[in-house]
Amino acid sequence: MPDEEYHEWLRREGRIVIVGASLAGLRAAEALRAGGFAGSLTLIGDEPHEPYDRPPLSKAVLLGKASPEHTELPRLRRTDATWRLGVAATGLDMTAKRVRLADGEEVPYDRLLIATGVRARPWPKEDEAQLDGVFVLRTRDDAVRLHRRLAASPRRVFVIGAGFTGSEIASACRARGLAVTVAERADGPLVGALGGVIGAVAADLHRDNGVDLRTGVTVTGLEGDATGRVRAAHLSDGSVVDTDVVVVSLGAIRNTDWLKGSGLGAGPRGIACDAGCRAFDFRGIVTDDVFVAGDVARCPHPLFGYQFLSLEHWGNAVAQAEVAAHNMISAGADRRPHLWMPAFWSSQFGVNIKSVGVPAMGEEIMITQGSLAERRFVGVYGHQGRVIAAVSFDNSRWLDFYQQQIERGAPFPVEYRTVDRRPEGRAPMPAGFPDPSLPTHGPTVTLSGYSPADRQLVFTPARH
Amino acid sequence: MTQAPLLRRITDYANRADPYPLYEELRRTPVLQEEEGGPYAVSSYYDILGLLHDPRISSDAAHLTAPDDDELSEPEATGLPPSFLRLDPPEHDRLRRIANRSFGPPHRPHRIDSLRGELARIVTGLIDGFGDARQIDVVDQFAHPFPVTVICRLLGVPREDEPRFRGWVDLIVAALDPETRQSGDPQFLRTAQEARMQLGMYLAELVEQRAREPRDDMLSDLVADHGPDGAMSTMEVLSTAVLLLIAGHETTVNLIANGMLTLLRHPEFLHRLREDPALSVRIVEELLRYEPPVQLLPQRTCVADIELRGITIPKGSRIWLVLAAGNRDPERFRDPDRFDPDREDLGHLGFGSGIHICFGAPLARLEAQLALTELVRRLDNPRLVEDPPPYRQNAVLRGPRHLRIAVDAVRPSEAVRF
Repeated sequence: MPDEEYHEWLRREGRIVIVGASLAGLRAAEALRAGGFAGSLTLIGDEPHEPYDRPPLSKAVLLGKASPEHTELPRLRRTDATWRLGVAATGLDMTAKRVRLADGEEVPYDRLLIATGVRARPWPKEDEAQLDGVFVLRTRDDAVRLHRRLAASPRRVFVIGAGFTGSEIASACRARGLAVTVAERADGPLVGALGGVIGAVAADLHRDNGVDLRTGVTVTGLEGDATGRVRAAHLSDGSVVDTDVVVVSLGAIRNTDWLKGSGLGAGPRGIACDAGCRAFDFRGIVTDDVFVAGDVARCPHPLFGYQFLSLEHWGNAVAQAEVAAHNMISAGADRRPHLWMPAFWSSQFGVNIKSVGVPAMGEEIMITQGSLAERRFVGVYGHQGRVIAAVSFDNSRWLDFYQQQIERGAPFPVEYRTVDRRPEGRAPMPAGFPDPSLPTHGPTVTLSGYSPADRQLVFTPARH
Repeated sequence: MTQAPLLRRITDYANRADPYPLYEELRRTPVLQEEEGGPYAVSSYYDILGLLHDPRISSDAAHLTAPDDDELSEPEATGLPPSFLRLDPPEHDRLRRIANRSFGPPHRPHRIDSLRGELARIVTGLIDGFGDARQIDVVDQFAHPFPVTVICRLLGVPREDEPRFRGWVDLIVAALDPETRQSGDPQFLRTAQEARMQLGMYLAELVEQRAREPRDDMLSDLVADHGPDGAMSTMEVLSTAVLLLIAGHETTVNLIANGMLTLLRHPEFLHRLREDPALSVRIVEELLRYEPPVQLLPQRTCVADIELRGITIPKGSRIWLVLAAGNRDPERFRDPDRFDPDREDLGHLGFGSGIHICFGAPLARLEAQLALTELVRRLDNPRLVEDPPPYRQNAVLRGPRHLRIAVDAVRPSEAVRF
């Protein structure tokens, strides 16, 4: 059947299956219907809940300002879908075009979208992870459990890992008046995502808010009492911290285990796909009926050297789901590339942190507005003479400008005058990212590999 | 035959009733400097949006290389330090943060919402005041008195002082209009100057009172603030209060008057609003696009060279951001000259964007939504007596000077829904 004709049939009566019933899955389902898909639609999710929003779980929910039961994602339109919730997908047969479920059932598809996202990386020592009082935070159920324990006024909360989630948890605990210790392998919080210069500001932020922050240390073990409750954490510097709650915040693992042996190019770094969200098989050949979106996808981005980016960003999940949905029901010429500008936000200790671009690619940073000491600033990251990212602390209204600078490949260092440029912001300094060959945790962006340039894309070259 | 320069035609009073064909002409040269030393007018939606977030743009008058003397500049005769509208970071940010702590979330999340009942009562009272009249001036009898009353309640001006307070504000606002300034009646300008001083003294006294005995109002919050930025100085409180008064007044008058005018010109939406008050949200957003109360921002300058569409705007230039032209940019809005509250691409530059985005926007929205909903609910068969209505001189804060309408009856107010 010619391409055009096939897609017409697909839109009319095809079968689309979406594995993953969270933000990306839901938005893709809605976009499929908005795009005129009239066939059968099935959503498969391993959690029993309707799609819900995760950002509040580490913020308002922990503070008791929002109920974890009431973070459902707003429905933007009818999906008329069959929902298979509480049943995990366990396998994929790409030849027979079927998804296997945990209950033994098989669901056939004409087009498949994989949006299985990530899960919290558990504490690696299983017996210690089982101790009562040891938590991770990713799902609504995690949030319910942790919130209940925080509400019981523990004497101390011990957070392992000062990435965004760990920092937000520490912030929520301090706002509740709880004693908090945070242990971080790097020299400061957020170093993996934003570098050492910003990490130093984040460290001050933690300490000024009463967090007992331990940097440059790892946790060597968690100790339980006779009843199986956690009672202390042992650190690599020999110190011991008494605690009755431990939150393991060591980043995420991509949910690709169920694809083992499927022949898809899936692994611990996610599922590789092209800019049109089509998955690669393990040989590196692109499929045409399996699509990927959200945190689990790794997708080449032309603005960032065509590197395959995995972005654990809310906005990326939405944008990529829409592109994937569009491309699933469109013939070749009508397809669109996913060109989302990486952007994320965090709220901690009363500070709004926002970033655009890929800070981790930055070699240098300069503070173009405001001041690090006041913790209100915009920092711009440079990579090989061009602007590659920007971060703001309580200054997010300027970031649209820097996003345009990134898109245009504007030169770095930033020479022109800006309002509120301080003497400290006149020269770039090393951004202070750790050596990428050393293991670290919690960066929101992982960089790896290259793909050949997609010749159909035209970008405005840098002007310098 | 030579035609006057486009920017002069835009500010020319003769074109006040319908400047939109001129804006369309302006967008054909999206970055336009017509006269040596004159402003650069920027008129396309995305360019304006970009410049509103551009840190090379300053709102501080101190950066002007040329004197601030054209007809669009506000007279700075208050004798007060500049308000945050005319400042850059970090001073702007500090003052706006403190002001916001007294006005909105996270510190005062209910400030606006708790005014809802009060606003509804004020609206009802003003409409009741139309009595049995068969002809009403929506500006003089409604849109004009409404926002100043609201600001009194917000700041915490005691009821018994309201008439005095409104008297001063009326004089000051009248003196801001270029018509009055150009006619230059020295007697009137002296009176206005006098009013300004009296208002300042009155507010200073009220501020002191509130510092001693705080109440649940904005002035009390502004002087008693114990946030990380500390409190404002008395002079800063005065500047801020005067800013809220002036910036929040005529803009709201125009939004309501433009709104009623637009609804009368598009009666299908007037009828739909009467049946469905929830439509007021979309109507007000579309109004902010279609007939924005602030047509252009004339007071920005660039502190570095800016390249835009191949044109270099040199450092120190004055830039006009023509919001009303961007609001009708076909690159952003489908069928831009149609008033269509149902449009999917609803959006506008009516409140600006970036760090100077309208401070009072949540209040202005609520005021306009309530005002228009109640006007169409209670006025029986309203129709324009004249179209177009007479306009104010002001090209920046553009709106009808009078909006005379005929009605069959003013319906009695029922139980207030809000």
